[in-house]
Amino acid sequence: MPLNTKANLGNPDGFYESLVGAHDGLSEAQSEALNARLILLLANHIGDLAVLRDAITKARQNIPK
Amino acid sequence: MNAPLIDRYPLAFKLYPYARSADQDVATPARHPVVIVGGGPVGLAAALDLGLRGQPVVVLDDHEGVGQGSRAICFAKRTLEIAHRLGAGADMLAKGVVWQKGRVFHDRDEIFDFDLLPEAGHRCPAFINLQQPHFERFLHEAIERANAGGAQIDVRGKNRVDAMQADHTGALLDVMTPEGGYQIHADWLIACDGARSPVRDMMGLGFEGRVFEDNFLIADVKMTADFPTERWFWFEPWFKSGSSALLHKQPDDIWRIDFQLGWDIDREKELKPENVRARVDAMLGADVEYELDWCSIYTFQCRRMEKFRHGRVLFAGDSAHQVSPFGARGANSGVQDADNLAWKLDMVLRGQAPESLMDTYCQERVAAAEENILNSTRATDFLTPKSSVSKAFRDAVLSLAQEFEFARPLINSGRLSVPCVYDAHALNGEDALEGPARTRPGAPCPDAPLGNGFLLDQLGPDFTILSIGAGLEGTFDVAGQTLRVVAVTEDEAKGPIAERYLGGAASAVYLIRPDQHVAGRWPSADVAKIAVALDRATGRVTHAA
Repeated sequence: MPLNTKANLGNPDGFYESLVGAHDGLSEAQSEALNARLILLLANHIGDLAVLRDAITKARQNIPK
Repeated sequence: MNAPLIDRYPLAFKLYPYARSADQDVATPARHPVVIVGGGPVGLAAALDLGLRGQPVVVLDDHEGVGQGSRAICFAKRTLEIAHRLGAGADMLAKGVVWQKGRVFHDRDEIFDFDLLPEAGHRCPAFINLQQPHFERFLHEAIERANAGGAQIDVRGKNRVDAMQADHTGALLDVMTPEGGYQIHADWLIACDGARSPVRDMMGLGFEGRVFEDNFLIADVKMTADFPTERWFWFEPWFKSGSSALLHKQPDDIWRIDFQLGWDIDREKELKPENVRARVDAMLGADVEYELDWCSIYTFQCRRMEKFRHGRVLFAGDSAHQVSPFGARGANSGVQDADNLAWKLDMVLRGQAPESLMDTYCQERVAAAEENILNSTRATDFLTPKSSVSKAFRDAVLSLAQEFEFARPLINSGRLSVPCVYDAHALNGEDALEGPARTRPGAPCPDAPLGNGFLLDQLGPDFTILSIGAGLEGTFDVAGQTLRVVAVTEDEAKGPIAERYLGGAASAVYLIRPDQHVAGRWPSADVAKIAVALDRATGRVTHAA
């Protein structure tokens, strides 16, 4: 299955609140650690290396300067 | 207190000049069933609703009319529907600027657009923009028309409540006027006296919540421009006049522009006309001619009272709950408070429902306030990221959104006001219909074309039965009461009304509350079941919800 870039979240506002709220009270280094751990957990859930490589490419391109 | 009555703000419209009341010349305080403190949009809507129901109402306001400044400008569909029921909607629609679409930009790029009312078949539009003074003026004109028709709504200008004593019989008020003080007794007091509510303070009640560390500059400019009548919102706009900006059209060639300034600013300096003009010029281009009509800087908070009912004192609107302006959930939710409160208090005053019905005002409108505060807080957290990681996620969403659709629903420039569904609340009756979710018990009735007009216009001010292909017409007797029936024949039961009220069902009977929320629904008319739902919806029989 290719990387799904269509809207797929049932409750986008609720997800975003949880995502940002997870960082409450963390230092910048801890926040970075949280993000890294989160990406690894989600990557394992996705499992498919082709999909993950596609996501990595899309995330990397057009990063604002 | 007894401080002199000095206007705290200049008036846009002098609507209710001070006039001496007979209550000022009596030895013992006059008794009134309902006194409302505050003649703003919420107080006037509550007064009008109760007055049209036949209740004598006194409104006390410490000014003689509406203050200047456009302030609340976005009035939502549900508010307009309520205003229609109260006889003020047509004037608002005629004057207001109708809109339903919005565009969101990041820097120079349009990221996406949205449509708040993508379906047809509603009398009222998704939104109108109308300066708050006009909204209040139209309500007051409807009050004058109601009074000409026999209603007793007494709006007293320059009547300031300086002290009060509340107990189980109501409240005794010390009222100051230009001619000195007097006292009146309110069997029920409705505090619609704004976010800084003096009534709330006099009762020593709390108002807890979050302060957001940001300042927003409002510049209302008068110009003739051919921008479409849409809500345009910029994140990090290329013209650098603020970290976000909002553009909205109002009547009379006035445009509302909002700039997000950040927390650490010099208010006085920012409000200087030359500094406001510099920001506006950068946005519109130096060659565009305009006049500055009104400017203001605001900060905001999201907070609410724990309870909106304290004995016989009820809080409605900003006195009870306060949100950020993003989403237009302030005045709109306040008018919906009045809508929820008026029929309940009318039934209690007539002895048709127990006083405990007013607890459901508190329960339902606290739920609505929570929903509004949640949406408002999320929007504000997106606009004003509170940490560097929060900013990083926000910027990532914005930078992905133009190319990838998935990121667009995450962008939050304000989730615009929609009415609360009172799910799982005590007044809800049976849902025995395999009908659409949007018309389940607790939901506000969606409008639909019916005959030569619209469904909501026919629902009326009392409990109503809506029969769709279920064979009822005229009136329906239930639990010793006669309810009016809005009959939709089998032939008429197609198109929007069928989609919104039948779904897959062949026929339906709805019990609809006076505030046009669904109380219960069935595939056919069962008197015993409807009687149970009616008793429940009026608080006469309570069930564990």
